[in-house]
Parts: sequence; C-alpha cells; structure tokens
Amino acid sequence: MIETITTLFSDKSGIVLLIILGILAFATLVVSVIFRTKTSQELKDRVYSWWIIIGAFILGAMLNTTVAMFFFALISYLALKEYFTLIPTRRTDRRIIFYAYLSIVFQYWFAGAQWYGMFIIWIPVYLFLLLPFRQVLIGETQGFLENTSRVQWGLMMFVFGLSHLAYMMTLPAVAGHDVGGKELVLYLVVLTELNDVLQYLWGKALGKHKIVPKVSPNKTVEGFVGAFITLSALAVAFSFLTPFTTLQALAAGMLISGAGFVGDVVISMVKRDIGVKDSGHLLPGHGGILDRVDSLTYTAPLFFHFTYYLYY
Amino acid sequence: MLKWLFFALIVRPTVLLIFGVHVRGREHLSHDKPCIIVANHNSHLDTLVLMSLFPLRKIHRIRPVAAADYFMKNRLIAWFSTQFIGIIPLSRKVEKSHTHPLESVRQALEAGDSIILFPEGSRGEAEQMSKFKSGVAHLAKMVPHISVVPIYLGGAGKVLPKGEALLVPFIIDVYINEPMMIGEEDTQAFTERLEEVIKKAGERDV
Repeated sequence: MIETITTLFSDKSGIVLLIILGILAFATLVVSVIFRTKTSQELKDRVYSWWIIIGAFILGAMLNTTVAMFFFALISYLALKEYFTLIPTRRTDRRIIFYAYLSIVFQYWFAGAQWYGMFIIWIPVYLFLLLPFRQVLIGETQGFLENTSRVQWGLMMFVFGLSHLAYMMTLPAVAGHDVGGKELVLYLVVLTELNDVLQYLWGKALGKHKIVPKVSPNKTVEGFVGAFITLSALAVAFSFLTPFTTLQALAAGMLISGAGFVGDVVISMVKRDIGVKDSGHLLPGHGGILDRVDSLTYTAPLFFHFTYYLYY
Repeated sequence: MLKWLFFALIVRPTVLLIFGVHVRGREHLSHDKPCIIVANHNSHLDTLVLMSLFPLRKIHRIRPVAAADYFMKNRLIAWFSTQFIGIIPLSRKVEKSHTHPLESVRQALEAGDSIILFPEGSRGEAEQMSKFKSGVAHLAKMVPHISVVPIYLGGAGKVLPKGEALLVPFIIDVYINEPMMIGEEDTQAFTERLEEVIKKAGERDV
C-alpha cells in the first residue's frame, strides 16, 4: 500500500496530483485563514469537500485498475440512485429500476474485461430493447413512455456515460509513449473539474452576462469564455499525461471545456424540471453526487472517443 | 447480542450504505434520555431505518412496539421479532383484561428504553398517510415526563412497499421534528397536533 502510493507520486500522474493537492491546500488557506470571516460557510464546505473527493479519487481510481472498476461502478450506482430518488416513479417501475441497477454490474464487468463490443452496446441496444419488454410483462400502460424514457436516460448518462472512465482506465500505453489509461483518466477528470472551478472563478471575477438565464442563473458568458481559454492552455500544459500533439491537446481542452459546460447545464435542466436546487446532500457545499459528476457525464464519453479514434 | 450482530452486520450497512439516509434535525434526537419515537408508516423498513439513527451501543435500548397478531404469528416470526428486533408486542384487538394494554410499553420506558410507535396502526398504501390513532397520546399521559419525537419518513415505501419482496434502493428521507410534551393537553388534540407536525414535515420535504 505505502509502496503503491510512493510509486504513484513519483511518476507523471504524481506530479499532477501534487499540483492539485497544492492548489487545494492554497484554497483551504485562503478560505479558512486569510478570508476566514468573509467567506460563506457554503464555500468553505465546498473547499473542504474537495479534500474528500480528491482523497477518494486517489485511493479509488489511481492505485489499482481493479479497484478503479469498483470505484467507478460505485459512482455510477450512487449517481443513479440519486437520480431515481429525484424522478417521479410509479410502483410498477420498481422492477425496471431494479434491472437498471443490475445493469451497472455488467457494464463495468465489460469495461474491466475490455470487451469493447459489449461495453458499447449493452445499454444503448440491449437494455434499451429489454426494459420496454419488461414493462409489457408488467402490463401497466399508463405512463409507459415517460417512465421507460426516464429510466433509459438515467442509464445512458450515469452508467453508460460515466463507465467510459472505467474503460479508459484499462487502455494500454500507446506505442512510443509511456502513458496509458490511468494518465488519460487523470487528465480528463482534472481538466473537467478544473473547468467547473474556473467557470465559477471567472464568473465571480468578471461575470456580467448570463449565458443560460432560465436554466442556470449563475452561469455567465465571461465565466464560460474565461474557463474555455484557461482550460485550453492547461490542456496543453498537462499534455505530458497524454500521447497528444500540442494541437490535439488544444482540441481536447476545448472539447472538455465546452462539453463540461453542457453536461453541467443539462443536469441543471433535470433539477429545474423536478424543482430541486441540489440533487442530494452527500457532499457538503456541493449538493449531491449528480452535482459533481454532471460535467463528466458529457466529457467522459466525448473525450474517450476523441482519444480512441486518434490512438486506439 | 443477536440483535447487535444483526444491526451491525446487516441492517446498518444496508440502510446507511446501500440505500442511504438523508437525516434532517438530528439534534432533536437524544441518545441518552428515553423517548417515544412516532413516525408515519409505509414499510417494514421504517423500523429498521429509525433504529439505525441510534448508535450501535444503544441499539438494545430501542424497542419498537409492533402488532402481536402479525409479529408473533408463529414461533419462527416471534423468535425473530423478539431476538433480532426486540419488539414489544401489542394486541390490536380490544381485550378485556386486568392490565392496561400499554402497561408493558410504560414499563419499558420507565426502565430507560426508548420505544418506536406507528400511530397509523398499519403500513397502508405506499407514501400515503392515514389517520393517526390516539394510542400515543394515552401513552404520553401515562408517562408525562417523557418526550414524544415526531419523525417523518419518506421513500421507504418505494424501497419496500407493503406486499412486495424485492428491495429496490432509493434514498430515504428522515425529518426529525422538535420533541413534544403532552402536559395538560387532551389526547384528541395532542394526536391531531402530532399528525399535523409529521404531515407538515412531509410537505416541506419535497
């Protein structure tokens, strides 16, 4: 265990993790010492929760590929559970919701076994065809379309989408580079989360024009553009984690920044539709797990296929 | 001992990790003083969720009051109910007897145990509340120094509704309200107040 941790911090991903921990230590210092009285409790909670998130991510995803499969499966499960708790359900939907949970096991098994064919069609094809059939067997016709669609949508976002992180984890090193799946996952997750933080910071500093006022009143054009430019630069700076050329890294940065924003506001749409502010309560200052993985539901599959197309 | 193991190894991991509980108002629940916990009832899980609110070392002091006709039906169920859950059986039928039907509950409270009561009397339809019966108020009159803690439970009826055997995980909402004392209030008014508090918490929940 100790040895695995020291190895982790001595390779390329270790440098990035140390930078991130350094930034977080600095942020903690700012909110709890320098601006202690001026900072709202919510912001403090949010900063403190980042320690837990990063700690869980390092232990869960960075040390061992098998553990990482279970870790990402757990994230999918928690996100899906939060989603199913939020949406309206009929008593007869319990059966297909149970199937939806069960599908997580298979999806992550396919990812872990690097069975690409099944991994990529299990939810969009097989579950998509199976769930309506199960509804037919139950026989409740009222609300069939709404409920089946809701469940399938949740599966696509929180199981299919997020499981791309797990599959990416198993990708081997690219010929001629010493970086593989683990570094790519780190690159994606760090940039996605930094994009959220940068949007928030740029928005706080310069934000004037609301970008999607009806969906998410806190998001501004300035926040988006600021994060877009900064993140593209960071994507190039961190490209030693990837096999990318500078141009590819720039494109990846723009992709992650744009897609991360869309993922974020799409989950806001869901919350607006249902009429809640936070999706849950798991992480103080952040809301629930959906509020944290929202951007990843978009960036994970898109970045995965971007990389997969270029190098695998 | 059986009860402790059952809660430590099965109930708490399932309730707290697999389902997840969102508790609000935890400060209203005292772990040291005995109290009468009152909640709406939709699922067998309700009792287990309420008992998981307490630390494990207190678990032997938490006694749910449960219908004798159901939980003492045969020897196997009775063994499970008393050994694993530690229920206080209560007859739902009106019987002519020389002791007060709530006497065993009063004794448990006086001995320092906390008890759990579902004043709806039955689980009923999922996520719907039926009218409260006045048993709690009568009990509160018998032990006026012990407070009544009204708790709203939401979602357990989705995880395991009446008449289903398949558990489907959802996050369970627990809303603990301020403790209430009966004082000079009459039992009818107290029952209505109790029902109102729990109903309100449920409306605030969404």
